[in-house]
Amino acid sequence: MREKLVVIGNGMAPGRALDRLFESAPGTYDVTIFNAEPRVNYDRIMLSPLLSGEKTFEQIVIHGDGWYVKHGVTLYKGHRITAIDRVGKTVTSSGGVTAAYDKLIIATGSVPIVIPVPGSTLAGVLTYRDLDDVQAMLLAAKSRGRAVVIGGGLLGLEAAAGLSDQGMDVTVLHLMPTLMERQLDTTAGHLLQRAVEARGIKVITKANTEAILGDTKVEGVVLKDGTELPASLVVMAVGIRPNSALAKDAGLTVKRGIVVDPTMRTSDPDIFALGECAEAYGECYGLVAPLYEMANVVAAQLAGDAAATFTPSATATKLKVTGINLFSAGDFAEGKDREEIVLRDASRGIYKRLILNDNTLAGAVFYGDTADSAWFFDLLKRGVDIAEMRETLIFGPSFAGGPSLDPMAAVAALPDDAEICGCNGVCKGRIVGAITGQKLKTLDEVRAHTKASASCGSCTGLVEQLMKATLGEGYNPAAVQPMCACTSLGHDDVRRLIIAKELKTIPDLMQGLEWKTSCGCAKCRPALNYYLLATWPGEYQDDSQSRFINERVHANIQKDGTYSVVPRMWGGMTSANELRAIADVVDKFKIPAVKVTGGQRVDMLGVKKEDLPAVWADLNKAGMVSGHAYAKGLRTVKTCVGTDWCRFGTQDSTGLGIKIEKFMWGSWTPAKVKMAVSGCPRNCSEATCKDVGVICVDSGYDIHFAGAAGLDIKGTEVLGHVDSEPEAIEVIAALVQLYREQGRYLERIYKWAKRVGLDTIRKQIMDDVERRRALYDRFVFSQKFAQSDPWSERVNGRDAHEFAALADFSIKEAAE
Amino acid sequence: MTVTQQAWVDAGALIDIPVRGARVVKTAQGCVAVFRTAENEAFALEDRCPHKGGPLSQGIVHGASVTCPLHNWVISLKTGEAQGADAGAVKTVPVRIENGRLLLDFTTLTARDAA
Repeated sequence: MREKLVVIGNGMAPGRALDRLFESAPGTYDVTIFNAEPRVNYDRIMLSPLLSGEKTFEQIVIHGDGWYVKHGVTLYKGHRITAIDRVGKTVTSSGGVTAAYDKLIIATGSVPIVIPVPGSTLAGVLTYRDLDDVQAMLLAAKSRGRAVVIGGGLLGLEAAAGLSDQGMDVTVLHLMPTLMERQLDTTAGHLLQRAVEARGIKVITKANTEAILGDTKVEGVVLKDGTELPASLVVMAVGIRPNSALAKDAGLTVKRGIVVDPTMRTSDPDIFALGECAEAYGECYGLVAPLYEMANVVAAQLAGDAAATFTPSATATKLKVTGINLFSAGDFAEGKDREEIVLRDASRGIYKRLILNDNTLAGAVFYGDTADSAWFFDLLKRGVDIAEMRETLIFGPSFAGGPSLDPMAAVAALPDDAEICGCNGVCKGRIVGAITGQKLKTLDEVRAHTKASASCGSCTGLVEQLMKATLGEGYNPAAVQPMCACTSLGHDDVRRLIIAKELKTIPDLMQGLEWKTSCGCAKCRPALNYYLLATWPGEYQDDSQSRFINERVHANIQKDGTYSVVPRMWGGMTSANELRAIADVVDKFKIPAVKVTGGQRVDMLGVKKEDLPAVWADLNKAGMVSGHAYAKGLRTVKTCVGTDWCRFGTQDSTGLGIKIEKFMWGSWTPAKVKMAVSGCPRNCSEATCKDVGVICVDSGYDIHFAGAAGLDIKGTEVLGHVDSEPEAIEVIAALVQLYREQGRYLERIYKWAKRVGLDTIRKQIMDDVERRRALYDRFVFSQKFAQSDPWSERVNGRDAHEFAALADFSIKEAAE
Repeated sequence: MTVTQQAWVDAGALIDIPVRGARVVKTAQGCVAVFRTAENEAFALEDRCPHKGGPLSQGIVHGASVTCPLHNWVISLKTGEAQGADAGAVKTVPVRIENGRLLLDFTTLTARDAA
């Protein structure tokens, strides 16, 4: 008599196991399947195309009714198993059927997680798991209303795309900062978000759901930050958990899932567990490849192959949304002994990242072009030694499969009609012809004659390789100093391209300019943050993690890790009230040192980081704000007492200094900016060694600039003479704005002036009044977003994480 | 010979640390800097640069490295070793992320005292 095999669950994994079993050992078992869903086995992976309307249910059925008949399988549709009797070796279904087994397979799959927020049980709140969910969504989509999808992972995005295709207005809420963060690195996550948004789907990241609104049915979603989103449909796609309750009730060992050994047996040797409900090697699995592996093992074991065991292998993810190509596999975290190869092709929207570990491929993330993903996944799974093809690996099998090619040989091998510069349509033949014909020696000459790489600049590397191949040793490409090791572009190129390509975030910039690292370095990130801030005032969101610590916490770090605090004293003027407040703060917080600075203000040194907000709160109360003594921005405007008190004073130097400081404070600049106003040529405020200085004279104001009194000592240059205070302020603001737009990060005004030429600057500021006015207007506009006291913002709770320890175990442990 | 038992301590949630940032955990053996990378990995190091004792928790995090705020030494988050031409290392503290919680094992810090 044949043995009885009972299968609980009729998903893809048991379906595959039975297929394999019927192939290798036909007729060994009498098979009975209990399916809680009232239908045959279908391809759950294809639910998304079903939702979007690209497929019908018939097209995604794996085993039609005929398959069950052919293999003599008894299928109980819509029967949920309620109990397993391991002693009597029977199972009992919700439909009242009791079946005896010799071998049992539990394949109950998983259940979607529902976040227990208020309103989560309202009508119109769905999960995304089976055909019933899809049918309910399709029905809801008929209203063409608004839908909110909670969860920006694989399933959530597929649901969002499907609902959007069905005509709904869809918003995706995602708790983490980037989409699909478990499968993608942040760069690919940002690209994905842009592609999703381009389809008309709104994405809110860092979104924490507070409640689902509605009386009897869904009316909207409210977030923890108070944002309200109207919606007639809410889909929760935040994750799954193994459906192991039945096994637990039967007394089998259950942790997160039903624990199985490598042969897929549970703690009862006659019972197998398989699929998403099973836990092997301490892990539960949700992707189809390992689940099919499990199925093969169960089939082999049932057919009598005792040696068959399950070993989890690397898994790969592909997003099934038409028009978005995305692939990730393996482990793409950074780490020791790990190297990355990044390829970015901005014009084609491609990002590829390979992570190498000891000459093998450990992980891969592709966005935009996934054509070669199978080849890479195969390299990864088999642990192939890629040392031989490393140089060209990222270009894929058509390139890397052959013997190692150096990039120069690759360029040399290009046909003459190969397009090098896409922007200007310049082919290789034309560039080589121009180099030899016109005896061109530099990149600028090639740009001037052929226009190749003269627009977006992303083909610069190729053009340089061509020049090298054509000129040999006669070409020396190192003319432009790259910003850092993350790019071959110089500061000026980056600034030009930020505007030309309208790059508005650091991830966009790194993609658009083909950065060689995935998240930059400590050199380029602060520079990029400044360039974006200066270029897109009011639009760019400052990235505090790309700022040096002093600008991140608005105080100056000292050698022992404490901070110094310098409040602004406008024009160097102070009062009894301010001094009293400073004295009180020094006492209250036991600040060890107080010093008068060279910029005419008071420095409190040795403040503990966690005390900073409280120190600032007290200073704020006395009317004092941050002095930006830490900033690449306006520091001080030093003054003398001028006509108020001095018998030689020619103008109100103190008043003008205060006006300049109140007008210009808070502006970010490439490097620090120090100013001074002297009331007469005796120059008591030492204005002639400042970045910008004003010397008052009887007839008005001499404006000086480009002085230095630090690493270099340099007297100022005269910019020009103006007659009135408003003119002086306009000239100074225009000068600083020009510097803000042209200066390289960390380049002081005197170095910038030397580089671009004093006369060039004088012409633009003093002679071209229209241009000066435009610069001034741009400065005024950017100040609208800059003049907010960073101290009071933090007193009111901003960046609170900066000023508190994550945890404190020092007291508890000390007591032991 | 003694066998040091691993003792995992819950120090907070991963999302309490800014992406590409760090927070400090105070222990009786001194401060520990806990880092979160762009890839949402967590690392922990003794919060003292091997160069002049700078607080690494205050540095800029890039890739799996941090640049010390005092003199720009670049320290590997994974190994605690100084990168490039600089030589020196800081102690690493094992971290695990479990259900979004950060579990740290400070026994490596105390091991020094026993030696």
